[in-house]
Amino acid sequence: MSDAQRSEPDSTADLLQIQDLHVRIGGSHILQGVSFAVPGSGVTALLGRNGAGKTTTLRAVLGLVPRTGTVVFDGEDVSGRRPYEIVRRGIGYAPEDRGVFGGLTVAENLRLAERDPSPRYDLVYELFPELRTRAKQAAGTLSGGQQQMVAIGRALLNDNRMLLVDEPTKGLAPKIVTEVAEVLERAAATVPILLVEQNLALVRRLTDRAVLIAEGRVAYTGTLSDDPERLQELLGVSRV
Amino acid sequence: MSTLVLLTLTGLGLGALYFLIASGLSLIFGLADVLNFAHGLFLGVGAYATWWAATYAPFGVAVAVGVLAGTILAVAVELALIRPLYARPIQQVLVTVGLSAAGVALLQAGWGADPLTFTKPGWTATTTRVLGAAVPNDRFLLIGAAVAVFAALLLFLRRTRYGLIVRAGVEDRAMVTALGIDVRKAFTVVFAIGGAAAALAGALAATYFGSITPGLGGSLLIFAFIVVVIGGMGSLTGCALAAVLVGLVQQFANYYAAAGVGEASVVLLLAVVLLVRPGGLTGRTAT
Repeated sequence: MSDAQRSEPDSTADLLQIQDLHVRIGGSHILQGVSFAVPGSGVTALLGRNGAGKTTTLRAVLGLVPRTGTVVFDGEDVSGRRPYEIVRRGIGYAPEDRGVFGGLTVAENLRLAERDPSPRYDLVYELFPELRTRAKQAAGTLSGGQQQMVAIGRALLNDNRMLLVDEPTKGLAPKIVTEVAEVLERAAATVPILLVEQNLALVRRLTDRAVLIAEGRVAYTGTLSDDPERLQELLGVSRV
Repeated sequence: MSTLVLLTLTGLGLGALYFLIASGLSLIFGLADVLNFAHGLFLGVGAYATWWAATYAPFGVAVAVGVLAGTILAVAVELALIRPLYARPIQQVLVTVGLSAAGVALLQAGWGADPLTFTKPGWTATTTRVLGAAVPNDRFLLIGAAVAVFAALLLFLRRTRYGLIVRAGVEDRAMVTALGIDVRKAFTVVFAIGGAAAALAGALAATYFGSITPGLGGSLLIFAFIVVVIGGMGSLTGCALAAVLVGLVQQFANYYAAAGVGEASVVLLLAVVLLVRPGGLTGRTAT
């Protein structure tokens, strides 16, 4: 495992660097020294089996879970910062369960996320026209796909320098999965994305660069096409 | 008929008092997960400050002084005592319980344990005839104040940026933080609102009971907590409904059964609501 960790890319071009990240929650040691770097462009996939610690890694980057280790964003050590301060450095987060406020309307969900003086509603409404037509609908009454649009829309509203997107296609119909993939592809052209995703076909479409986590440690860093057999073994799937 | 009208309006007046206390408690619990046992102290300080100011100034000004005192105290308590303990809920409860006890003792040391007479101001000392019943006007003052505060809070929650943050924070505080918002500022805001409303309740309770004691806040706080639980922790509308329900049940049971049955009925009501709807009358939403 440690062999893989040493094959990190050159850190000078990396926008996000994570060093020796540990997370302990309720007596269980979920992350056991995770280290990897995310370059300043394109999509980096964060892979692993269920319970490997992918979601916890994203939450630990933002400081949403108690953690030790170092998180450097754009050359600045943000390890001691509070979550809202880290986010304000320019990180958009679309969490696993979408984190949509069900009691708030779609428009209110977006308004809450506004950080920039001129939020990019034109972009969000162009990508997701439904968010405009359903502006006054309570977000809790939306379908899963529509809620995902709200979650991604919130992340795209500000001029972020990086997006953390956690399983955006979980539980969505195939047609919506394609739509989400298209949006991510388009977003990735302008902003780097750290993407947690189980749908490997989708990951392949977006990137070849992956970090694989197994049992709270980084088990592989590199390209998806590099060593398919090892990936297959680590992910526990029949075809990668 | 006139008894019915009098009981209803008195029950609503009592409910109004409960609402003023419970609304702040509910928002504070809903957003910050703080069980604020010091809330009765905000009420007590509001009542004593109003009583003190009423000897120098007209009633309206005295109430404003009381509300200001309660607000300042609430903000100070949040910043100095609650904020350092957000990750430690048990210590937080202990601090608010201790503060409440210490505050009551301080009020007692300053003004004595005996009730201080509060002279009902002009209009509230008289009665109005409603459907044959002579209803003391302080009931209308209480109901009017509670309705105004309810409307103002709904406007705050629905129309302002901080209101939006509070509503979102009641649902999912961590996600609000993950959007780059310093949710702790909203904690201070809800403490200020809660302190102001509780202090207003103190001033109005002084008018309603005609006297104040250091323990006034503590006895009302118990019913306010029941209202918060029945209403669904964190919900303002649920809080209003529960306050009306508790006030009416208490009045009617005390009159038609026996004195003291009202209080017992409220606890019974709480038990029934918890059995039938464990989440309270409404779900977990701020409005």
